[in-house]
Amino acid sequence: MSVATPATNAINGNGNAAGRQAIAVENIVKRYGDFEAVKGVSFEVREGEIFGLLGPNGAGKSTLIRMMTTLIPVTAGRALVAGHDVTKDSDEVRRMIGVIPQAMTSDPDLTVEENLSIYAKLYSVGRAEREKNIQEVLEAVDLLKWRTAQTKTLSGGMRRRLEIARGLVHNPQIFFLDEPTTGLDPVSRIAVWEMLNNLKKRRNLTMLLTTHYMEEADRLCDRIAIVDHGKLVALGTPVELKRSVPGSNVVEVQFNREDDNWPQRLRALQGVTDVQSQSAGVYRVLTSNGSRTTTQLVEMAASLGEKLTSLSVQNTTLDDVFVHYTGRQLRDEQVKAVNFVMPPRPGVQP
Amino acid sequence: MNRMWAIVEREMRKFFRSPMLMIMSMMLPLVQLIILGNAFGGKIRNARVAIVDKDHGPQAVKVLEACDAIAANIRTFVTIPYADEDTAKEDVRQGKVDAAIIIPEQYSRRVYAGNTPSLGLVVDNTDQFTSSAIEGEMQSLVNALNQPVIQPRLVNNIALKVVELYPYIQYMKFLLSGSIALAMYISVMIGGGMLYIDDKARGVHEGYLVTPITKLELVMGLNIAGAIKAVLSGISLTVIGSLMAGLGTIFHPWAMLQMIILIVGISIAFNGMMFLMMVRVDDPLVPRAMFGVLNTLLFFPSGAIYPIAAFPAWLRGIAFVDPFTYAIHGLQSILLKDGGFTAIRNDLLFLFIFGTGTLLLATPLFKRTL
Ligand SMILES: Nc1ncnc2c1ncn2[C@@H]1O[C@H](COP(=O)(O)OP(=O)(O)O)[C@@H](O)[C@H]1O
Ligand SMILES: [Mg+2]
Repeated sequence: MSVATPATNAINGNGNAAGRQAIAVENIVKRYGDFEAVKGVSFEVREGEIFGLLGPNGAGKSTLIRMMTTLIPVTAGRALVAGHDVTKDSDEVRRMIGVIPQAMTSDPDLTVEENLSIYAKLYSVGRAEREKNIQEVLEAVDLLKWRTAQTKTLSGGMRRRLEIARGLVHNPQIFFLDEPTTGLDPVSRIAVWEMLNNLKKRRNLTMLLTTHYMEEADRLCDRIAIVDHGKLVALGTPVELKRSVPGSNVVEVQFNREDDNWPQRLRALQGVTDVQSQSAGVYRVLTSNGSRTTTQLVEMAASLGEKLTSLSVQNTTLDDVFVHYTGRQLRDEQVKAVNFVMPPRPGVQP
Repeated sequence: MNRMWAIVEREMRKFFRSPMLMIMSMMLPLVQLIILGNAFGGKIRNARVAIVDKDHGPQAVKVLEACDAIAANIRTFVTIPYADEDTAKEDVRQGKVDAAIIIPEQYSRRVYAGNTPSLGLVVDNTDQFTSSAIEGEMQSLVNALNQPVIQPRLVNNIALKVVELYPYIQYMKFLLSGSIALAMYISVMIGGGMLYIDDKARGVHEGYLVTPITKLELVMGLNIAGAIKAVLSGISLTVIGSLMAGLGTIFHPWAMLQMIILIVGISIAFNGMMFLMMVRVDDPLVPRAMFGVLNTLLFFPSGAIYPIAAFPAWLRGIAFVDPFTYAIHGLQSILLKDGGFTAIRNDLLFLFIFGTGTLLLATPLFKRTL
C-alpha cells in the first residue's frame, strides 16, 4: 500500500487492507471562532491496531481525539466510532470507548482501587464484574501491590498506568490515549509502551494514541498519521512512511570548518537525494545508498585536504519523514515544548 | 442512578479523607463568633461623661444621684463634674470625655413650675455606638425622672441583673445563627464552587464526560454531594457554637429535628445558588474573587449581624431575595425564640423553592461537552 498523502484518498487507500474498521473519520473540521484547529481530516482505524496521531504541539491532536470521544462538538464532517456517529449516537460511542485524557486526572486523595471502582460505577459495571475487572486491569498494568495505596503516593509513571487501568475497567473496545507518555521519564515511558503492547496482544483492543515522540510512534504504532497545523500530511505504517522519503539512509557529517560550497559538493555525491544544513559545518545528507555516499564523502574531503570532525550513517527515521512532509523539524518543536527546565544556579553543581 | 451515586461517593470519600474543607468552613464563622460576639456583645461600660451643674437646685441633685446610680450599677458611664459648660464641650470635642450633661440654670424651678424643663446632652457623634448608648441611657434616666419613683427603680434593677448574669453572651447568641449560615455558605463556596471549578480546570470533568453518565446524573451527583457537605458543616457549627454561646437548644430533640430540616433547606438553597453562578465558569480565579463580594452582599444584609428593621429600603430589597435572610430568620426562631414549626415554615418554603428553582435554571445551562 502506498502512503496516502493528503487526506482524501486515505479512506479508499485503506480499504484494501484486512480487518474491519473501528474508527472512520471523514473530512472532520473543528473551528474555535475564526480559528480552524482541525482542517478537514480523514482516516480510518482498523480493529485491533494501534493507530498513532503524530504531530507537534498545537497540531490539533487533542482536538481530534476530543471530537472522536464526544467531548467537543464537531464543526463539520463526521466521525464513526465502533459504527456509531459521535454526534448522533454519543451515548453509544461513550459505552464503547475508554479514554485517557492528556492531563492526569486520577484522584490523588483516593486509593488506586477507589479510583478504579468509581469509574467502573460511572460505566454501570455490576459489582461482581467490577471486582473481577479491577483485579484484571491492575494485573495488566502491574499495580496489584498498590491496590490500597493512596494515589498521591504513586510516581508519575505509576499514575499513568493507573489511568490506563481506569480507562480499561469497563472493558472498552476502543481505547483513546492522548499523549500517554508525555512528562514521564524514559524508563517509565518504556514500561508504558510494553504494557500497551501486551494489552493489544491479550485483548484485541483497538488503540488510538497521540504523541509528539517519534520513537513512541515508531515503536508502538501499527500505522501513523502525521498531523500538522490541523491537517493530515501523511499516513501509513512506520516502514511505509520512511520508504516514502527519498533516500533510505541519513549520513550526518561535521566538517572542521564551514564553507558555502559544502551543500553543493555533497549534492554531487552518488545516491544523494537531499542535503539539510544543521549548524555550522554540520549537514544531514539523505541518500539511497549509505555506504557508497559515505566512501565518496571521505574521498572528497581527503582530496580537498579538509578534515571531518564526525561522521555517522543512520537509517531514515520518522524525523526525516516529518521534515520531508512539513519542511520543519519535529525535534525543534519538542525542544520548545519542554524548555521550561530552570537552569542550575551559578556555582551549584548539577 | 448508580452513576449519580458514584459522583457522590467520590466527593464524600475525598471530603472525609481530608478534613481540611470542614475545618476551613468552620474557622471563619467560629473566629467571627468569638471576636464579634465579644467585641460587640458587651454593653458600653465606663464611658466618661462630663457633668455641668449650673442649677444647684434639689432637682439637679436628683439628676446627679441618678447618674451616680448608673455609674454604680449598670456602669454605662461615670460622671466627672465640670465647672463650666465651654470646657466640657471642648473636652468632648477633643475626646477627653465621651459626652457632657448640662443641667441648665433654673432647671429646678422649671421642673416645679412644669415649664418644659430640659437637660442638655453633648455627644461625640463620630462614635455612633458610644453616643447612642449614652443617649439611650440618658433617655431612660429622663423617663425615670418623669415618672413615679418606684417603677423605674424596679426596671433598672431587673436590667441590672440580666447584665450581670450574662455579661457578653447575649450578642453571641444572636450572632450564632449567622455563624451557622456562614459556615454552610463557605462549605458550599469551597466544596461546591472552588473545588468544582478546580476539578474542571484539572480535567477531572473531562474524565466524567467521556463516560455514559447523563447530564442530570452529573448535576444531581455534584449537588447532592455539595449539599451533604454543607449539612455536615452546619450541624457541626450548631453543636460547637451552641456550646460556646451557652445555648441549650441542641439538647431538645424536637428543636434539633427542626434545626436539621432547616439546615437541609439552607444547604439546598445555597447549593442551587452556587451551582447557578458557577455552571458556566471555567476560570479558577472567579470563585475566589466572588467569595468576598458574595459574602458581603448576602451575609451582611441578612440580619445576621444587625436587625433588618434598621436597614434602608434598598438594602431590605436585597434582604428580601437573599436566601441568607431566611436562613438566619429560621435559625434565630429555633435558637433564640423557640417559636415552633410554624415560625420557620415560611423560611423553609422559601429555601426549598429557591434551591429547586436555581437548580432547575442551572441544569439546562450545564454543558455536557467541554
Ligand atoms: N478551546 C479552544 N479554544 C480555542 N482554541 C483552541 C481550543 N483548544 C485548542 N485550541 C487551539 O487549537 C490548536 C490545536 O490544539 P490541540 O488540539 O490541543 O493541539 P495538540 O493536542 O496537537 O497539541 C491549538 O492552536 C490550540 O491553541
Ligand atoms: Mg494535546
